[in-house]
Amino acid sequence: MATDYTPGELMVAAAAREIYDGEVVFVGMRLPLLAFCVAKELHAPAAYGLFESGVIRDRAAPVMPYTMCDPPNIAGAAACTPMATVMSLLQRGDVDLGFIGGAETDRYGNLNTSYIGNPEHPTVKLPGSGGAADIACLARRLVVIMPHERRRFRERVDYVTSPGFGEGAGWRERTGVVGGGPSALITTLGVFEFDSSTRKAVLRSIHPHTTVAHLREETGGILEIPDQGPVTAEPTTDELSIIRRYDPTGFWTGAQ
Amino acid sequence: MSKLMTMHDAISQLVPSGVSVVMGTGLEGLIPFAAGHEMIRQHKRDLTLMGPISDILFDQLIGAGCAERVVAAWVGNVSAGLGHCYRRAVERGEPRPIEVYDHSNFTFSLALQAAAQGVPYLPTRTALGTDLLKTNPGLSVISSPYDDAPLVAVEAVEPDVAFIPVQRADDEGGAHCWGALGVTPEACLASRTVVLVAEEIVDHEVIVSDPNRVLTPPFRVAAVVHEPLGSHPSPVQGHYGRDHAFYEEYHLASRTPEGFERWLDEWVMSVDERSGYLEKLGPERLAALRSGTRRLAAEVDYGY
Repeated sequence: MATDYTPGELMVAAAAREIYDGEVVFVGMRLPLLAFCVAKELHAPAAYGLFESGVIRDRAAPVMPYTMCDPPNIAGAAACTPMATVMSLLQRGDVDLGFIGGAETDRYGNLNTSYIGNPEHPTVKLPGSGGAADIACLARRLVVIMPHERRRFRERVDYVTSPGFGEGAGWRERTGVVGGGPSALITTLGVFEFDSSTRKAVLRSIHPHTTVAHLREETGGILEIPDQGPVTAEPTTDELSIIRRYDPTGFWTGAQ
Repeated sequence: MSKLMTMHDAISQLVPSGVSVVMGTGLEGLIPFAAGHEMIRQHKRDLTLMGPISDILFDQLIGAGCAERVVAAWVGNVSAGLGHCYRRAVERGEPRPIEVYDHSNFTFSLALQAAAQGVPYLPTRTALGTDLLKTNPGLSVISSPYDDAPLVAVEAVEPDVAFIPVQRADDEGGAHCWGALGVTPEACLASRTVVLVAEEIVDHEVIVSDPNRVLTPPFRVAAVVHEPLGSHPSPVQGHYGRDHAFYEEYHLASRTPEGFERWLDEWVMSVDERSGYLEKLGPERLAALRSGTRRLAAEVDYGY
C-alpha cells in the first residue's frame, strides 16, 4: 500500500479497476484516460480505448494528451475512423464501458452538463453534451467521475444531459434507453454503486481520510450514508508509478 | 479549372451574413481558425454556427457578435474550461442574445448524415430520455414502424458553407486528410458549399496516387484556400501540435468583456490577414509546436 497520494490518484486507481480485460472502453480525457493507461498495463492488456473523434487505441499514447485529437493520440492508433464508426459501435452494443463526468447529479445518476437554472434563462451555461449523452444512453456500463460537493448533489438536476436511471426502477426500459446505465459513481470522497431494484446510488466505499460526517455534509441528504462502511482501496505502488509516469507533474491528478 | 481563392475572397464571396457555417468537424484538431478570424474581420453578422464541439473558435465568433444561433453538442475550451463569451451571450445576451439548438455528438453527426443522404431525418436510439429533446426542435421521438421501439428522429442539418482544413489539396478540390476525422466526411456531403483550407497545395497526381485517402469527391468542393498554419492553435497531424498555452491565455484574457475585446483586437482585428497573426506568434513559438520527428506510413501499392 502506498501512503502518499492525491485524491485524484485515488480516483484514477478506482476507475482503473472498473475496466476488465478485453473490454472496449469509451475513454474520455483527463482522469479516465489515466485510468485506461493503468488498466492496460496492469490487468486489462487486451482492452481497447475509443475516442469520439474516431480514434481507437490498443495501447496508451506515449504522452498524456490534452485532447483526444492531439497528434500523439493519433500516431500509432489501432484505427483512425470517422465519429460515425465509434458511435455505431456504441449504438449496436459493442462498447462495454464508458466514462463521463458531470457538473451535477442526483440520486439516480442523471447528469447535467448543459444549463444551471431554467434552460430558457440559465444562471450558468455549461458547454453541453459533447458525446456524454450518447455514452450514457448507449454504453453497456457507465462510470461517472466527478468532484463531490454539496452544490453538485441535487434533488433533481436542472437539465438531464446524460441519463442515469431517470426516475428510478424501470425508467430506462420504459423510455427505450438501451444502455445499461451507471454502474459506479466515483467522487472525490467515495465510490457509489446503484441498487439493482431501486436504482438509487448507494455507498460502496468511503475514501481513506474522509469522515462519514464530511461525506454526509457534501452529499446534502439526497443519499443515505451509513455510519460504517468499507474503505476504498488505496492505490498500489504499481498503480501510482504508472499514474506518475503519465502525469509526471501532477497536472491531471495533483489538485482534485 | 482552378478553385484556388484567398481566404479574404472566400469569406467575402461565399459567406454572406445570415448563412449557416459548419466548422470544427474534426473536433479538437483541424479547426479553421483562419476562416473564423476572417469572418470576424469582415464583420459578418447573424451567422448560424454548426459543429459537434467547438474548442474556442465559436466562443470567439460569439464574443465578436457574429452569431445569432449555435447548433452544436459542446461549446467551450476543452483544456481550460467554460467558454466565457458563450456564457455571456446565453446568460446575459451580451454582446447579443443567441439561440442554442442542443445536440449530442452522435445526433449532430446523424443530422449531417441525413443531409448527406438527402433524407429528412435519420433514426437513432441515442438521446432518448435526455432534455436535448426539449431544447432542440430537430430531435423528435418516433416509434419504429417495424418493432414499435421508441427512436429519436434527428432532422437533417444542411449547412450553407463548410470550412474543412486538410493537410494537402490540389487546385481542383481533391484532398488528402488524415488524423481524427470526426464528422468531416458527412459534413463535406451535407453542405451546400465546401471550402477546403489546405496546409499545402500539391499536384493533382499526388492526390490521385492515393485515392483511398481522398476526403470527398472533388466536384463537391467549391473553393480551395491555401493557408499554412491556418488551424493554429488546434493541431494538424504531420504539421504542428496543439498550442495548449494559447488556449489557456485566451481563457484568462476572455474572462471579462474588456479582456476579450483586447484579445480580439490584438489577435484578429489589428492583423491584416493570417500572415500578420503568424508574425505575431513568431517563429520560435511555431517551431516549438513541431517536434521534427517524422512518422511516415508504409507505402501503398496501387499497381496491377
